[in-house]
Amino acid sequence: MIGEWPVGLTLIAGGVLAAIARGRVRDAVTIIAPLLALAQLAALAPGDYVQLHVLGRTLVLMHVDRLSLLFGYVFAIATLLGAIYALQVDDAVQRVSAPIYAGCTVAAVFAGDMLSLFVFWELSAIASVLLIWARRTERSYRAGMRYIAVQLVSGMLLLAGALVHEAASGSIGFGYIGLAAPGGALLLVAFGIKASFPFLHNWLQDAYPEATEAGTVVLSSFTTKLGIYALARAFPGTELLVWVGATMTAFPIFYAVIENDLRRVLAYSMTNQLGFMVVGIGIGTDLALNGAVAHAFADIIFKSLLFMSMGAVLLRTGTVNGTSLGGLYKSMPWTTGFCIVGAASISAFPLFSAFVTKSMIMEAAVEQGHVGVWLVLLFASAGVFHHAGIKIPYFAFFGHDSGIRCKEAPGSMLVAMALAAALCVGIGVFPGTLYALLPWSVDYHPYTASHVLAQLQLLVFSALAFAVLMRTGIYPPELRAVNLDSDWVYRRLGPDLVAACTSVVSRGLRTLGAAARGLSTGLLRWTLRWHGPGGLLARTQSTGAMALWISALLALYLVMYYA
Amino acid sequence: MSKAKADKVYWLDRSENVTKLFLGLCAVGLLLVIADLIVHRHDAVAFAQWFGFYAAYGFFACVALVLTAKAMRRVLKRPEDYYDR
Repeated sequence: MIGEWPVGLTLIAGGVLAAIARGRVRDAVTIIAPLLALAQLAALAPGDYVQLHVLGRTLVLMHVDRLSLLFGYVFAIATLLGAIYALQVDDAVQRVSAPIYAGCTVAAVFAGDMLSLFVFWELSAIASVLLIWARRTERSYRAGMRYIAVQLVSGMLLLAGALVHEAASGSIGFGYIGLAAPGGALLLVAFGIKASFPFLHNWLQDAYPEATEAGTVVLSSFTTKLGIYALARAFPGTELLVWVGATMTAFPIFYAVIENDLRRVLAYSMTNQLGFMVVGIGIGTDLALNGAVAHAFADIIFKSLLFMSMGAVLLRTGTVNGTSLGGLYKSMPWTTGFCIVGAASISAFPLFSAFVTKSMIMEAAVEQGHVGVWLVLLFASAGVFHHAGIKIPYFAFFGHDSGIRCKEAPGSMLVAMALAAALCVGIGVFPGTLYALLPWSVDYHPYTASHVLAQLQLLVFSALAFAVLMRTGIYPPELRAVNLDSDWVYRRLGPDLVAACTSVVSRGLRTLGAAARGLSTGLLRWTLRWHGPGGLLARTQSTGAMALWISALLALYLVMYYA
Repeated sequence: MSKAKADKVYWLDRSENVTKLFLGLCAVGLLLVIADLIVHRHDAVAFAQWFGFYAAYGFFACVALVLTAKAMRRVLKRPEDYYDR
């Protein structure tokens, strides 16, 4: 039975083999493993497989249903794209950790219970940090440390939530939980860290831009979408998520406009796109949930594509800062073209992928009477075109000519980008194929005259706003600067507080020490004065003097007796 | 890459061509707004059916976004090595 071998293990085994193999054999292994995983997924029938009995609990390593299958497919595709993109990378750490990270994430998706979910949750975090450290700079080392700390906290919360939930309900199974259930809040925060909820989001913008060219592509596909998957399974219809998601769509676009590092701009737009999915999960109707997971599917591919194009720019020019780039379309025409396809996809242009997925969420929001939320999502849709759709290609490939003349991206990178671009267009043109894979039944038609016209108006006038602001010089120039975000709390406030506390405590301790020293010397001196050599109480008295004193006392006694 | 190729003047290098593109975009925008008169949009939200609603919303949303973000720099901007010091 095909289900008796977990799909995640296929990818993990590929990673282990890649560690032993070299050269072309390693290349082949990293390509074949995701293909095998895809074949295995296609053959899987819904059901529970690979059940282990550990510590008196039943662990299910393969819980197969349409939701887990959908994420399995897209993760396998992303692994394949990432592997092709990385073919020219001669770094064993990246080539090995990428499939292992992907495999652990896939294994987490198919986990039917929260203990195995926890195990693969943590393993995927550990495997993924290697893609950041593989940059081998002091900056990436420190960013990786912050990243892994946040990820492990998420895992600890997951474990705590799972145990609380098990103690109350008697079941460790991973299914619908809801916020009201015991441990529900802990699990929501654990998943929310991965899905980059507001104030829990900044590990993403902090760490992803510090990873290697190929590393960021792989990172962008898995961790955050695992969070979305977990939310879709455990918290569908949780109203709070509508508001959380709407916030996520809106606030990062402001940061994206003023951010200079173009991969960090994309990281902000990740939180923005995840926000749409979170809103869909919060609404919780069939249309909304279908929209959320379909958008996750589309997002994994177009975000990979965008990170691939920026990775190619970083590889060839050594920078992805908007201040240093411009005019690269002359040197990298293919990369430019693929980047524009990714930009059109994330912006939801008709015939591109997000047009057929994001709109399901927005329609569901209106159907459920969330008109205010719908307006926020519309604002975020215009904003994402503005910062990811226009800003990324404009500052990298067009705009002011930086004078940089470099080579076009390597062949393997171009092939990966071409495949991803083809998928983006394919989903946009033939949405039925993706809709057929969705977990719930779909009755949605994206290509109506109203929808196409409305979307084109929104996008063209957003572009006009950009053009007008650029031509009038109002558009803020790219600056070499850092913008404060929630990571300030643990990168600046935390260390500063610790430093302040340390100095207060050490000053207190010094004062206390001085006081204690003063007291003890005083005591010693006093003791010495009375009991020390020559001290009054330490003097030896002569027998004669003692006899004299006693007779004096006796005389006194006699006088008082007769008086 | 030969020097001749590096110095090649591209179509987009000429500012009059960029202006042409901008005017083209304006024309497309105009056509899309005119299309609103012909196509009767069916929107679940009543006010979204107003003439040119999406065009106006898209334009002003982006202007507001950029101006707000520009103002946010005053509070949020720090030197590039802020966290490395």
